[in-house]
This record gives sequence, structure tokens and C-alpha cells, in this order.
Amino acid sequence: MFDWRWEFVGAILPRLFRATGNTVLAALLGYAIAMVLGLIFALAQRTRFPLVNRPIREFVEFIRSTPLILQIFFVFYVGPQFGVMLSPWTAGMIAIGLHYASYLSEVYRGGIDSVPKGQWEAAKSLSLSPVRTYSRIIIPQAIPPAFAGMGNYLVGIFKDTPMLSVIGVTELMHTANSIGSEHYRFLEPYTLVGLIFLAISLPTAGFLRKTEAKIRHKMGLR
Amino acid sequence: MEFLRTYGPQFIRGSVTTVEQTFLAAALAILIAVIAGLMRLSRKRLLYGSATIYIEIFRGTSLLVQVYWIFFVLPLFGLTLEKFTAGFIAVGMNLGAYGAELVRGGILSVPKGQWEAATALSMSPATRMRRIIFPQALFNMLPPWGNLLIELLKGTALVALISVTDLMFVARKINSTTYLSAQVFGTALILYYLMSRGLITPFMRWLERLMARKLGKML
Repeated sequence: MFDWRWEFVGAILPRLFRATGNTVLAALLGYAIAMVLGLIFALAQRTRFPLVNRPIREFVEFIRSTPLILQIFFVFYVGPQFGVMLSPWTAGMIAIGLHYASYLSEVYRGGIDSVPKGQWEAAKSLSLSPVRTYSRIIIPQAIPPAFAGMGNYLVGIFKDTPMLSVIGVTELMHTANSIGSEHYRFLEPYTLVGLIFLAISLPTAGFLRKTEAKIRHKMGLR
Repeated sequence: MEFLRTYGPQFIRGSVTTVEQTFLAAALAILIAVIAGLMRLSRKRLLYGSATIYIEIFRGTSLLVQVYWIFFVLPLFGLTLEKFTAGFIAVGMNLGAYGAELVRGGILSVPKGQWEAATALSMSPATRMRRIIFPQALFNMLPPWGNLLIELLKGTALVALISVTDLMFVARKINSTTYLSAQVFGTALILYYLMSRGLITPFMRWLERLMARKLGKML
């Protein structure tokens, strides 16, 4: 029944740690894509042209209400049907990046909406260009209220990377699965994966909470 | 069209399983959320501590890891669950941890005067919670619960990986025999979209209106 083998743990840990690197890389890369795309989505929804903002709005809604794992399969398998071969990493990054871009665009939108109207008017009266209005006035003020949401999704994307294992990205879950089926032992690999996730996500969440407080303090909020 | 005629029934069967999983997981998640949420508000160290550990573990690791762990590792402890049961238990326990924080936040959002008024009427703590605090807390937390239930529906797609024959599983199976990936996964995506925006969202709106009427509030 229940027998935890320490020597097995010792044997597989180096391999799991290497895979952890891939997991972290996937999360950071996906998040970088999501941050940029999300900003584009958020700004596109603010344009006055219904031909732009409507489809983007619908697209974001659609992505947010369907499972990420299905989107990963979609991106990975639909490409080859039309002659575009995507590597697991590329497909995974596109899917996870798009998914979190949709979430982040909502966070950005909330942040931008929370900037008082007077700031827009002041920028206009100083005849700042739209680009300068956004880059110097609006976005710096939109960041503190958006920070908590952004932090949650950074931890969220990290926890969703195991789904990339289904298309063969060799991150933690994939490695644990391979170890499990090579040795017919699942207790240690799966438990260790859970512990590694805890060991990274809990301190990260704590760090983000502290940083948020610092930013608020700096901006003179609360 | 030809495609839907051939595979439609399979998609429907898969969707029914997904709805069942969602329903059972939601019931479990709500139950856990209320219990763990109340425990988090308790002054007793043991209650508060165990709820906190539960919430941190389930929110700190991946749902997929939890699904695998419950299905593959629990049997080693002598607790073997059928895949269908393991599936909704994993999803329910995961989302229940997120829900517990909503319950806690909802209860804390009830104005202090309500607590004091109930105490002044010499209500017992249990009656106060049941009759005064919880109904108002419930009303405050309904909108985030709508989002959580959509997350839960999406979460059930992961049970396909332990071979529960839900919508996701059916889609993968049809894809592996036909390679009509765009059609297969496209149909599945649309079905998930319909379930979340066509079932969950309107249901939550209805519930919000119902609660508003019961509490005598104007929306």
C-alpha cells in the first residue's frame, strides 16, 4: 500500500527540477505574450470603430468562457490541417498567451476605467497626443489598481502550464507522467510536482501582495 | 453538416457528461466553500488553521495535478475512486477553495450594524448567521460566484485526461479517428461557450434578481 521511497525521490528530483525550469520558462514566456496582446485587446476595445471593438469584445468573451485545454488542442491540431506545422512549444505559447491576454485585457480595462475623467481632460487641455496621454498619464495611473489582478494571473498562468503536457511540452507534469510510467510509481512524482508548485506559487503570491502594497504606498494611494 | 449528422449524438452524450460533472462539482464546491469560508472566520485556531491549509494547498497547485493525484495516488492510500467520481471531486475541491474566500469576503462585507442589531435582538450566533448575515452575504457574493461557476465548467474539461467521457474526451476521440481538427474542436469550443453563456450566465442573472426581490432590494 502506502510506501514512500526516499531513494526514489532522490533519483527523480534532479529530473523534476530541470523540468521546473521549463515550467517557469513557459509561464514567463506565456505571460509576456499575454501582457502585450492583452494591452492590444484592451485598447482595441476602447476605439470608436464598431468594426474593431465589437469583434475583439466577442473574441475575448469567447476565449474566457471556453476551456484552455481545448484551446491548446485547437491551436496544436488545426494548424497541420491547413499545412502549418507548429511545434508543441509554439502552439502552447500561442494558446496560453491568447487565453491569458483575454483575461489581462479585462484587468487593464478595469485599470484604465478607474483613472478619473479629469485626467483625460487635463491631458487633452495640455494638447498631449493620444500616445503620450496613454504612455505618460493614463497607463502609469492604471497600473496600481490593475496590479493585484495581474499578479493573480501570473500565478494562474504558472498553475495552468501543466495543461501543456497534453501536447508534449516537457514541463513538470509531462516529466512526472514519464517517470510514473517508466517506474510504475505515481505516488512520489505526482506528490513532488504538487509540492514544487506550492513551493513556487505561495511565495510568489506573498511577494506580489507585498509589492502591491509598496506600489500603492509609492503612488500615495491608501 | 454531414459532420454534425455523423458525430452529433456523440457530442451530445459528451455534453451531458460535462453538465453532470459541472453540476456535481458545483454542489460539492458550494458545500466546501460555505464550510471552509465559515471556518476561516472562526476564532478557534484549529478550525481556522485547517481551513487555511486546505485553501492554500488547493489554490497553490494546479487543478490538473490535483486531478491526477486524486485519481492515481489516493488508491495507494486505500481509497480508490471511480474516474467519474474522482473527476468531479477534484474539480469541486479545487473550486471550493476559491469559493471559500468568496464566502469569507461576502460575510465580512455585511455591515457591522447588522451584526450588532441581531445581537441586540438577542439572537443566538447560529440564528444570526442563518437569518441575518448569510442572506445578505450571499447577495453580495453572487456576481463573483457566476465567474467561479464558469471557471468550474471549464475545469471539468480536465477530467477528460483521466478518461471521463465528457465533451473534451469525445472531441479528442473523434479527432484521433477523423483528423477534422478544426470542425471537431471548433464544435466543442462552441458547445462550451453555449453552456457558459447560455446556461450559467442567465441562471446567475435570474438568481440575482430572485435574491434581490427576496431581500427587498431594488436592482
